[in-house]
Amino acid sequence: MADEKIRFEAVSKRYGSLTVLDQLDLSIGAGEVVSIIGPSGSGKTTVLRCLMTLEPVDDGVIWIDGIPLNKELRSGALIEASPAHLRRMRTKLGMVFQNFNLFPHMTILQNCSEPPVYALGAKPTEARSRAVDLLKMVGMESKQDHYPAQLSGGQQQRAAIARTLAMQPEILVFDEPTSALDPETIGEVTEVIRALATKHSYTMLLVTHQIDFARDISDRICFFDKGRIVEQGPPDAVIDSPKETRTQQFLRKVAKAR
Amino acid sequence: MDWRWDFTFETVIPRILPGLWVTVEVTVLSFFLALFLGLFLMLAKRSKISFLAFLAAEFIEFMRGMPLVVVIFFLFFVLPMAGIYLPPIWTGVLAMGVYNSAPAAEILRGGLQAVPKGQWEAAYVLNYPPHQAFRRIILPQAVGPVIPGLGNLLILAFKETPLLSFVAIPEMLDTAKRIASETYRFTEPLTVVGVLFLILSLVSAVFIKIVERHMIPEMRHGR
Ligand SMILES: Nc1ncnc2c1ncn2[C@@H]1O[C@H](COP(=O)(O)OP(=O)(O)OP(=O)(O)O)[C@@H](O)[C@H]1O
Ligand SMILES: [Mg+2]
Repeated sequence: MADEKIRFEAVSKRYGSLTVLDQLDLSIGAGEVVSIIGPSGSGKTTVLRCLMTLEPVDDGVIWIDGIPLNKELRSGALIEASPAHLRRMRTKLGMVFQNFNLFPHMTILQNCSEPPVYALGAKPTEARSRAVDLLKMVGMESKQDHYPAQLSGGQQQRAAIARTLAMQPEILVFDEPTSALDPETIGEVTEVIRALATKHSYTMLLVTHQIDFARDISDRICFFDKGRIVEQGPPDAVIDSPKETRTQQFLRKVAKAR
Repeated sequence: MDWRWDFTFETVIPRILPGLWVTVEVTVLSFFLALFLGLFLMLAKRSKISFLAFLAAEFIEFMRGMPLVVVIFFLFFVLPMAGIYLPPIWTGVLAMGVYNSAPAAEILRGGLQAVPKGQWEAAYVLNYPPHQAFRRIILPQAVGPVIPGLGNLLILAFKETPLLSFVAIPEMLDTAKRIASETYRFTEPLTVVGVLFLILSLVSAVFIKIVERHMIPEMRHGR
């Protein structure tokens, strides 16, 4: 792979006696779009949360651009990363949540323009004009003065995507971005994500239950089970002719549910 | 019953009104003191320093089991022994402020807990420095859920002020008792005190509603 953007190296995560990630190895190239599919409880969300440094990992190292994320290099030795190091590294990362997590006391425009000001020290006027552009890009310019509670789920999720982009991340992480949406608003969100995957150079890591959508936008699909990658490869290979029985079972179950 | 309006208007009301002012003053000042102390108590109780958290929790429990009169008497007689001489009204403010800091801390803690975890996580992922996350994201959302509880606390504080008459702070009840003992007429002074308390609690209830309407964004935008 030309440029490696993200690398999970033997990453383990446990909650008490439950091993949620089991010696996970995963490498993602710059600009690559990777979708994670798998049964509930297999550790998909946990992978994303560890990458976002929302959860500490118990073993292993996550690398971003060849720099350790959860560790810090101090006089030749890798030690636990300090909050300052995590914060520096997070500037490359952006996350879109399943339930949006927009700030309810701010308008959509404020949601997108304030984080760069308070977290990056951006100039308010510049942050505002970039927020306006981003809201236009996700088709939300007419709603910029609305509060989240006044919008549909699809509109909120598009605004949340704009808010994430406002921080100018290089890596975008989506955790089931359409799972909390009414069926009729799913399309407008997947269109925005599709545009990000195809027209921009973001490196993307996406957890989804929408197999067709994953096939459409991904360069690679990883099937997760019990905290491990059971099978991975190009979308058509993994979805149309899975080699592993567990992948076959899972895809059959998903197909039946539709 | 023999009720004298001239006595009510010429003697009772003019003398009790300054007492009303004392009641309002002590209540409002002690309320803000309680808020201020409560904020620190709450932060201490949430603190990672376990000794601090322990002290705060114990203090809150201790105050919860303590009658306010005891706190008032304690401060009124013990502070001078320690060489601290405060005007009686300030002793009253201090006693009620310290006493109510415990419930205030609990109410504030409830407000913080009412903010969904996802809000902390969004602020974290968007790289807000922790203090900015608290100020810009969490605090504004904690204000709404806290207002009804704090409003209650304010009304309770009004109702507690007559206890200050035990240490001769000239609030309304104390003034009423003085008038009664001088004139041997109890009905008018005590009725006036009752009516004034009723007015105070109605006014605070309206005030709280107004604050609520202005401070809770979700209410403004119809969630
Ligand atoms: N904070 C936590 N404490 C304890 N256990 C947890 C915690 N978070 C997740 N788990 C457990 O870890 C396992 C993996 O969780 P995770 O959320 O990563 O699954 P998932 O693949 O995202 O599932 P889903 O498709 O349901 O979202 C689950 O068994 C879950 O119960
Ligand atoms: Mg999940």
